[in-house]
Amino acid sequence: MATEAAHGGEDGGLVFHPMDQFIVKPLFGGDGVHWYTITNATLWMALTVLAIVALMVLGTSGRNRIPSRMQSVAEMAYGFIYKMVEDVAGKDAIRYFPYIFTLFMFIVTANLLGLVPTAFTVTSHFAATILLALAVFLSVTILGFVLHGGQFLGLFWVSSAPLAVRPLLALIEVISYFVRPVSHSIRLAGNMMAGHAVIKVFAGFAAIAAVSPISIIAIAGMYGLELLVAFIQAYVFTILTCVYLKDALHPAH
Amino acid sequence: MATETHEAAGHAADAAAAAPGMPQLDFSTWGNQIFWLIVTLVVIYLVLSRVALPRVGSVLADRAGAIANDIAAAEDLKQKAKEAEAAYDKALADARTEAANIVAATKAEIQADLAEATVRADAEISAKVAEGEKAIAEIRAGALEAAETVAKDTAAEIVAAFGFTAAPDAIDSAVTEKLKG
Amino acid sequence: MEGDIAELGKYIGVGLTAIGMGGAAMGVGNVAGNFLSGALRNPSAAASQTATLFIGMAFAEALGIFSFLVALLLMFAV
Repeated sequence: MATEAAHGGEDGGLVFHPMDQFIVKPLFGGDGVHWYTITNATLWMALTVLAIVALMVLGTSGRNRIPSRMQSVAEMAYGFIYKMVEDVAGKDAIRYFPYIFTLFMFIVTANLLGLVPTAFTVTSHFAATILLALAVFLSVTILGFVLHGGQFLGLFWVSSAPLAVRPLLALIEVISYFVRPVSHSIRLAGNMMAGHAVIKVFAGFAAIAAVSPISIIAIAGMYGLELLVAFIQAYVFTILTCVYLKDALHPAH
Repeated sequence: MATETHEAAGHAADAAAAAPGMPQLDFSTWGNQIFWLIVTLVVIYLVLSRVALPRVGSVLADRAGAIANDIAAAEDLKQKAKEAEAAYDKALADARTEAANIVAATKAEIQADLAEATVRADAEISAKVAEGEKAIAEIRAGALEAAETVAKDTAAEIVAAFGFTAAPDAIDSAVTEKLKG
Repeated sequence: MEGDIAELGKYIGVGLTAIGMGGAAMGVGNVAGNFLSGALRNPSAAASQTATLFIGMAFAEALGIFSFLVALLLMFAV
């Protein structure tokens, strides 16, 4: 059954393919997707920007001492990330707070907007998350070398371990360091993609009368779970960024 | 599950467009996504760092200042309330001692009055008692005398009735002797 | 019946890879359960460790996501 569903030749089981929602296509026709083409991904990125502007700029325009609802959400996000940066990465990481806040707001907003029915989820694409993770990885690594020079390599040299196992540990540390951007990006995209694909699979079953009630209940349940996951993945991405930033600021083991 | 009918035409075309099956691995769209994502992130960063974050930060700082001020004011008021309470307590204690003094003084006065009245009453009572006793003694003495007289007369009459004659002096002395007995 | 033996192997492989996600599920459950038992013993220290909890869960989950990814790659890209 999945064979036919997968490639659309002979359509079999599912009415639609669960991965179709991730297709990037031009919004205004035209052939192919060039780097400048306005696609559905572009549209939802723009909506993400608009949502963030609405929350953080319009929502706080009152500058009320007693906050309105929007303003208190904005303040909560600010306080949440500020505290996270301070707690996890240390007080001297506060000057990187705007970057981390940008990352968090983009990811959480894109994740949540992706849950709007028929929406396109920007963060479900490896292209997007790999860019985010590589940006974090490269900036953190460069920052480490700029701040500490060669001493940054001390991150890999576990001085508390016995001398004999240190080269082995260094090898493991180097590998785990370079796996960071991979796991960092794939975790986010994989979570978002998996949740949406599972919802789509259940939605496909809803076309069959006998199981449709179960399938609709399952969709509702998955949707709630996905709301949670959308937030938690943004949180995890941000907190791991803070952890990496802490390594760059204080490389000593 | 292959029993449904599909409007397969449009769908098949869509699916065929996604050649690798997994749209995420369609590398022809990566350039587009990366370009627009960089634009998005730069815009978000500029908006947040230029406008939103300073504003939220200033609002939070302002609120923290206001809260600190309010707490200081509350502390001040609390201090004042404590002082007022102390003053009140002191006034209460003063009033209490004064009241106790007044009570004691009044009690002493009453005691004195009472004692005086008691003494006077005692004197009056003892005077009355003495008077009464005197009256009783007088009455008793009168009665005794009367009884003696009656007894002497009766004895003289009895003696006369039995036909004897006796000297009145002898009878008198005999009666007196008997009465004393 | 249609298809060839390679197709068969592919789907069996996808199914086997999906088992890996069960391991990640156990790992995440283990992290959460141990956190809970620790938090119940010493609730005052629990709040300060939620960040660590989420980092641990993220690491455990990442490996499950990897197996999910391998399954998807096998299914659609190979």
